[in-house]
Amino acid sequence: MAATKKKLKPNVSSEELQKYYREMLLIRRFEEKAGQLYGMGHIGGFCHLYIGQEAVVVGLEAAAKDGDNRLTSYRDHAHMLACGLDPKGVMAELTGRKDGLSKGKGGSMHMFSKEKHFYGGHGIVAAQVPIGAGLALANQYRGEDSVTFTYFGDGAANQGQVYESFNMAALWKLPVIFVVENNRYAMGTSLQRAASTPDFYTRGEAFGITGAVVDGMDVLAVKAAGELAVAHCRAGNGPYVLEVKTYRYRGHSMSDPARYRSKEEVKKVKDNEDPIDMIKEMLTQGGHTTLDDLKKIDKEIKKIVQESADFAIVSPEPDLSELYTDILV
Amino acid sequence: MTIKILMPALSPTMEEGKLTKWLVKEGDTVESGDIMAEIETDKATMEFEAVDEGIISKILIPEGTENVAVNTPIAVLLEDGESLTENNNKKPTNIKATTPDPIINEKPQAPVKISSLIGIENIPEGTTFTATTVRDALRDAMAEEMRSNENVFLMGEEVAEYEGAYKVSQGLLDEFGAKRIIDTPITEHGFAGIAVGAAFGGLNPIVEFMTFNFALQAMDHIINSAAKTLYMSGGQMGAPMVFRGPNGAASRVGAQHSHCFAAWYAQIPGLKVVMPYSAADAKGLLKSAIRDPNPVIFLENEMLYGRSFDVPDLDDYTVPIGKAKIWREGDDVTLVSFGIGMQYALEAAEKLAEEGISAEVVDLRSLRPIDYDTLLNSVKKTNRCVTIEEGFPVGSIGNHLSAVIMERAFDYLDAPVINCTGKDVPMPYAANLEKLALVTTKEVIDAVKQVTYR
Repeated sequence: MAATKKKLKPNVSSEELQKYYREMLLIRRFEEKAGQLYGMGHIGGFCHLYIGQEAVVVGLEAAAKDGDNRLTSYRDHAHMLACGLDPKGVMAELTGRKDGLSKGKGGSMHMFSKEKHFYGGHGIVAAQVPIGAGLALANQYRGEDSVTFTYFGDGAANQGQVYESFNMAALWKLPVIFVVENNRYAMGTSLQRAASTPDFYTRGEAFGITGAVVDGMDVLAVKAAGELAVAHCRAGNGPYVLEVKTYRYRGHSMSDPARYRSKEEVKKVKDNEDPIDMIKEMLTQGGHTTLDDLKKIDKEIKKIVQESADFAIVSPEPDLSELYTDILV
Repeated sequence: MTIKILMPALSPTMEEGKLTKWLVKEGDTVESGDIMAEIETDKATMEFEAVDEGIISKILIPEGTENVAVNTPIAVLLEDGESLTENNNKKPTNIKATTPDPIINEKPQAPVKISSLIGIENIPEGTTFTATTVRDALRDAMAEEMRSNENVFLMGEEVAEYEGAYKVSQGLLDEFGAKRIIDTPITEHGFAGIAVGAAFGGLNPIVEFMTFNFALQAMDHIINSAAKTLYMSGGQMGAPMVFRGPNGAASRVGAQHSHCFAAWYAQIPGLKVVMPYSAADAKGLLKSAIRDPNPVIFLENEMLYGRSFDVPDLDDYTVPIGKAKIWREGDDVTLVSFGIGMQYALEAAEKLAEEGISAEVVDLRSLRPIDYDTLLNSVKKTNRCVTIEEGFPVGSIGNHLSAVIMERAFDYLDAPVINCTGKDVPMPYAANLEKLALVTTKEVIDAVKQVTYR
């Protein structure tokens, strides 16, 4: 993975580094808590955790501006937290309560926020890809300079509709960034076993789409790569494919024991490439921040997450009358 | 030997066409492959090539003639070595068709008049009507809505430069430009998804499927992305859009191109589904569908595109989604149908009237939501019901209506409800088998006699 690292790190302030640290930690603690609540029976169905991948969405959100759209698959909690949605609303949706982002009717995989331009939360692998291109079409139609971050995994990258979308996005020069979150496993199938060519950033080439690959464990590298992609799209050059190499520590979903990979493999990534450890090291080594400062942040985050969990458990279930609402406008 | 050149059928549904232009004149020598004329079909203007070689001895149908029936002799060709004078004394002995046999259809050729405007049409007194084809009515509806709302756009295969595979979007590219009339590659799954995204983003796309058979490739986005998002987002956002195109059997296009999906879509909460029969309903319902904040499935029928009906001359004629229409009042039996099924229902009602059986004909027009009240009130009056549709029998709209009538009007029934449907087979290609596979007027009449015990 080291070989693919882009050395694009700009000078960053301690405040900025702390911001990323805080955002990534929030995602990790939130997801750990969600895992715990799942184990306790408060969260049902499927629950796909983002632990290990935090630098991807935090880095790319740092490259976005107001009005930009984002959407992803069912592994979506982090994308909502990163674009500023209240953890309480997200957690309460996971527990299926009335104060959840979708009033408890969407669940872990199906959440949306028009206010934050977060367009799901899609349970069907790769369905979000043409939808992202369509959001970009709407921006282009109205003459806006917004871009759409369309996240999908290395598994989704093999779906036909991805290439249908590539073709039309290139043909119509749609301002969409196709972000391939390559976490090496499509559920239980390693990319070596699923993908005839492992370099997803090259998969737009046939359509004339510029592609790049970046180390997704390094939030500053992701941000820098994101800025290049955003600049490309905003300038009216059409779509961009950005492969972000990352790793998920947990199973595909809560019910996946992840027997398809060795414990050593996971441990190796955790020990050597952890995105949060990496930024922690930068902060402390550079003398920007003391360990005490970081502990303070840890404590704050812990509190936010605990409050979201408490809220998500006490929030009532939706009223039974909600069964028949929101079917049609 | 003389050869009669016949008006060709140049599309599966063409029954007549316009001889737009002759490119040869009497006395010209033609060779096989020479272009002799331009003929306007129900879909496009086509060039007509010579099959045989010889001299054009007589043009029988002058250029500019409209409504020339398929297989009408349009010119006479003399084969090599014959002379014009020789031919004049000879009777043509061998008429050689240059095209396949005509398609035989049972449907009436005369424009159908709106026989009843009972209830909900709200057409002001003194309104005039213009005979309009379903095809033009659909185009007019889109053009009117695009003029009044700049967020409305049309996308699909061949909708722009080709002006519609079935000529429905004729003239729209000229008026609205390429930004709003978007030709897509042949990629239903992808462009349906893009349209859903555009709808999420605040636009009002009209997606034309060349036929709904191809929308199977886009089914995931129609059902999972468009129909369910409003619910899954707790009411925050949905897909205000229209998916439209021809649905069901056309003529001799076989199993993969002849499927009626009415019952499929009608099953999905989060969708609205309409299937108009007349041009007025096609126009009024399409305008309502485009304005509707929900995803609407708009099922058209290729066989009906060329049919003319009276359309009211009103600036803004809309028909509400979810309201049935009674075409014909009657006392003895309720015939309920929608879309092209209405032609069998109306024909049967006409023939039954001659035998003294008075049928009330209800056109559902919308399949989600269904106007149960109009249907049930009719059944409570007639005490008998026959449903008519071209789709498959299992899990049909008729099955559903039967259940609703049983649950809500059981005590009013004097006979079991009979469902007349297409047969439970993939659509065959052979003309005779295809005819057998579709519902027929005779089957409707037989069903009525069964429920009226005649």
